[in-house]
Amino acid sequence: MELSAYPLELPPDDRPMVRFMNVTKSYGSLVVLDDLNLDIQRGEMVSVIGPSGSGKTTVLRMLMTLESINGGVIYIDGKPLTHMERKGVLVPADEAHLRRMRASIGMCFQHFNLFPHMTALQNCMEGPVQVLGLSKAEARDRSEELLKMVGMIDKKDQHPSRLSGGQQQRVAIARALAMRPRIMLFDEVTSALDPEVIGEVTEVIRRLVAEHDLTMLMVTHQMGFARDISDRICFFYKGKIEEQAAPEQFFTNPQRERTQQFLRAVKDAD
Amino acid sequence: MWDFLQTYGGRLAEGTLVTAAQFALATAVALVAALAAGLGRLSAHWPVRAAATTYVEIFRGTSLLVQLYWIFYVLPLFGISLPKLTAGFLSVGLNVGAYGAEIVRGSILSVQRGQWEAAYALSMSPWKRMRRIILPQAIVLMLPPWGNLLIELLKGTALVALIGVADLMFVAKQINGSTFLSAEAFGTALVIYYLLARVLITPAMRRLERSMARRLGRA
Ligand SMILES: Nc1ncnc2c1ncn2[C@@H]1O[C@H](COP(=O)(O)OP(=O)(O)OP(=O)(O)O)[C@@H](O)[C@H]1O
Ligand SMILES: [Mg+2]
Repeated sequence: MELSAYPLELPPDDRPMVRFMNVTKSYGSLVVLDDLNLDIQRGEMVSVIGPSGSGKTTVLRMLMTLESINGGVIYIDGKPLTHMERKGVLVPADEAHLRRMRASIGMCFQHFNLFPHMTALQNCMEGPVQVLGLSKAEARDRSEELLKMVGMIDKKDQHPSRLSGGQQQRVAIARALAMRPRIMLFDEVTSALDPEVIGEVTEVIRRLVAEHDLTMLMVTHQMGFARDISDRICFFYKGKIEEQAAPEQFFTNPQRERTQQFLRAVKDAD
Repeated sequence: MWDFLQTYGGRLAEGTLVTAAQFALATAVALVAALAAGLGRLSAHWPVRAAATTYVEIFRGTSLLVQLYWIFYVLPLFGISLPKLTAGFLSVGLNVGAYGAEIVRGSILSVQRGQWEAAYALSMSPWKRMRRIILPQAIVLMLPPWGNLLIELLKGTALVALIGVADLMFVAKQINGSTFLSAEAFGTALVIYYLLARVLITPAMRRLERSMARRLGRA
């Protein structure tokens, strides 16, 4: 599809929070995502599951604009994210447009990626002060409130090297939330954690789902957790959405052969 | 030996001060040049990359002595005459800066990619990502190799005597020329250079490394 065929904006009565429209991503000759179409509604929690290499991380990274896309357009709240308007048509976005648009998206990584030269509190204040231009006092109030929410307020003056993995991940969630994003992305945020601390991180995400109207997209291998908190499960297979459904439907009555195979395999592994 | 120091100690001390000043100024030049060229080699704009690479190649690929002579004797032919003190620390600083640029570049590249991505996800601009997140971590990685490089720089300053800067080496040669007390003159110079490196530079760098480690919460 030609770029000129894509709308400059989505119509007001059809504006999901996120829309992937015919999105293609390849590395050289390797097609990682093929003609992806995916809508995520305001306040929806969508879990992405699938075998290794099926493109789950790539979906999140494209939304964070950490990866460019090779075809199609991604819209955020009806406005193009990966593109911008120039003389009545969409053209690939420049750095300034990307920076403006991705301010409404927050991301948490598998390996936390906290800034090691800053304390937990400073990690949370960095974005609000440096990017949003908040005063130090405002940023501190906001960050302390969030650190309280994730149960890390008593460690606020510690550097990441003094924190456990679970504690670091909770600070990383607070750091992302301090930017007041409307969309949150979680890429296997518990995969690098010891089993006994996974619960403290999933608990924080549970509370986010229950108490905030964030739109969330989460890649996870924890089927039980995904089933508990998601509005929808999206199963990826070889760069395509093989099946998607509400959790009950998805786990109790999967329609596709590949989904059934995958669910059997993860059940056996448990 | 005591007599020697009583007679020539004053002049040797003056020479040492000149050497220390050349060291300090050349270090400043080297740091600025290394940072500019190191960042320049990582720039997204090719003319900047090309300029930085040219600088690094020229100053690493030719000898310091030739660079010194060029800056002091040849540049005046193009209308740029520098006093010998300036020509001295500028040559040494630019030469060492070219090696330093590779340290800067290498340590920036060895900061984990996830750090850059986390800063990007916070919508930080490229310059803020570099200044607030990447450079502070890269500096910690840079310090040990810079410690070695600064000792090389100190040794390099001895060459400025060859364009007539009255540094420690220059004074030692003068004393040797007029008295033939070679062992005393050059022996004293040797000891002073060694002490400058081991008593001043190395411990200062160690202290800097420790305080940086503390800022990362590692100490
Ligand atoms: N930078 C890259 N260069 C080349 N190929 C890449 C790159 N990043 C990812 N890929 C490939 O793209 C495909 C999808 O990768 P992706 O990381 O999205 O998978 P995933 O579903 O997240 O897998 P996992 O469960 O192992 O995390 C894989 O085949 C991977 O090898
Ligand atoms: Mg992945």
